[in-house]
Amino acid sequence: MSDAVHDHEEVDVSRRKFLTAATAATGAIGAGFTLVPFLASWKPSERARAMGAPVEIDLSKLEPGQMITPSWRKQPIYVVRRTPELLAKLASHDANLKDPQSAASNQPEYTKNAQRSLRPEFLVLFGTCTHLGCLPKEHFKPADAQLGADWPGGFFCPCHGSRFDMAGRVFNGSPASLNLAIPPHSFASDTKLVIGVDPTSAKGAA
Amino acid sequence: MAASSHDAAGKGGFRAWLNKRLPVDEFVQSQLTGYFAPKNFNVWYFFGALSLLVFVIQILSGIFLTMHYKVGEATAFDSVEYIMREVEWGWFIRYMHSTGASFFFIVVYLHMLRAMLYGSYRAPRELLWIFGMVVYLALMAEAFMGYVLPWGNMSYWGAQVIVNLFGTIPVIGPGLVEWIRGDYGIADSTLNRFFSLHVVAVPFALAFLILMHLVALRQTGSNNPDGIEIKANLGANGKPVDGIPFHPYYTVKDLVGVGAFLIFFCIVLFFVPTFGGLFLEKPNFEPANPLSTPTHIAPVWYFTPFYAMLRAVPDQQLGALLMLLSIVVFFFLPWLDRSPVKSIRYKGILSKIFLAGFVVSFVALGYFGMMPAEGTYVILARIFTIIYFAFFLLMPWYTRVEKTSPVPQRVTFHA
Repeated sequence: MSDAVHDHEEVDVSRRKFLTAATAATGAIGAGFTLVPFLASWKPSERARAMGAPVEIDLSKLEPGQMITPSWRKQPIYVVRRTPELLAKLASHDANLKDPQSAASNQPEYTKNAQRSLRPEFLVLFGTCTHLGCLPKEHFKPADAQLGADWPGGFFCPCHGSRFDMAGRVFNGSPASLNLAIPPHSFASDTKLVIGVDPTSAKGAA
Repeated sequence: MAASSHDAAGKGGFRAWLNKRLPVDEFVQSQLTGYFAPKNFNVWYFFGALSLLVFVIQILSGIFLTMHYKVGEATAFDSVEYIMREVEWGWFIRYMHSTGASFFFIVVYLHMLRAMLYGSYRAPRELLWIFGMVVYLALMAEAFMGYVLPWGNMSYWGAQVIVNLFGTIPVIGPGLVEWIRGDYGIADSTLNRFFSLHVVAVPFALAFLILMHLVALRQTGSNNPDGIEIKANLGANGKPVDGIPFHPYYTVKDLVGVGAFLIFFCIVLFFVPTFGGLFLEKPNFEPANPLSTPTHIAPVWYFTPFYAMLRAVPDQQLGALLMLLSIVVFFFLPWLDRSPVKSIRYKGILSKIFLAGFVVSFVALGYFGMMPAEGTYVILARIFTIIYFAFFLLMPWYTRVEKTSPVPQRVTFHA
């Protein structure tokens, strides 16, 4: 069949191959660009981003030793008012922690300190376990019945057994590798916490 | 043309008119009446046909559920309760779908074990095995996303745990998780896209993959319990002497299997649809609550072996990697097995011990995956994870050193 068609003229095979390859490549690039809108449509929408705006929390009714769980960007935020006794215990168990200095963990620069907080009294954490996102439960009383006599107080994740201290730092032997993350936050006044906004003077927000 | 030699096509009338335009007789001849399968199939060979049956059950019940289900974080849970309480026979259709999900995995796991027993993954059936494994992956995605749709509390937290697994991927992880969810947490957008994927995209993919699985099967022909090639022994008519036409012999035999299967299926559907919390977990009967984790998160039973391996590792990235490997390693089975024989019947004692160890560890891990990740359970899960991987990773060694028995020339068959 090909003989009958091409008898009268020479076919430039290399030209034909080049044109075929060029057409295929152009088509592939075009198809690649067409993918962009479909892939991008999966990103958080304008509405979801607007709903993720900062939230203000009133701390005036939070007693020492208590925790409240507001939500920001659909994630529970743990706000704990730590007692001086709990703060005093923080330095006692560095050897049992995976990341005592929070070197590998996620937090804004201004909370990368011994208490992991802007003000030592108030601990602000993402309430989602850094293992697989469950909610660690509060076990603030030292020597907890479930967690043993040497338990210094902290959080325990019921899903996979990760344990964290009163600064959200993860203990050795937990499936989680990182300390509980800290959202960007600041204080608008003595009793007003704003989650989602860095302190005006601070740099290097997460 | 093959069909013209077939008596029916030669006659006039509608049949001839049709066959001239659509190769009906040719298809039946080449795929059913003229397709020869080994005559020594045993009970293990029911599960392929049964997998196809459950696929059809899921598509049909799913179509009708979609008519009443309302996707959306405000409406999903209520619409499932509406189906259960107010739609006529709604409970029946919903329980058929949820029971079907678990039975899908039961028959697929038995179907895979059959292939492992008789070496059905060996050359020339490597692609057949790989298509089957891709079907299994698609099925896992389908089951996971389907479990999210009722928007119960276990739906929500199961989605949270599984989607966060992608967050363990270095560098791109956190961005990828946000992209999958379409929000800063598991949200309405996540539920909507899972619905679309569960109802449209993955079923289409499954149908295509199952078709490819069957086309590859028709190309190589079925393996059999003796693991020998019936095509090596052809009769005067050019057909394998140890083969019989798929239709009517195996279609009729499969119908008996379908009958037996439906008895078990209906017992669960009518009397124990939640199967004591195994098929439908108790926390899923309360609505999703982003501020309250169920005290104990466990996936549905068919994922628990992999979940146990994830939790057995005290490092989240390594745990997720190990879980991925536990599934990926199946793809390499055709090349890990170096035995001169295919079937377990003629393999040596080592193959039998390792395969038994694999089956025991799969079941044991399935149990530990449902239990809390504490103390002895974690230790035992680690031991069985090692046995699980030993089956695969030591296979090139033990299949070569063991003494195999001689393979017969013809299939073993007792009429």
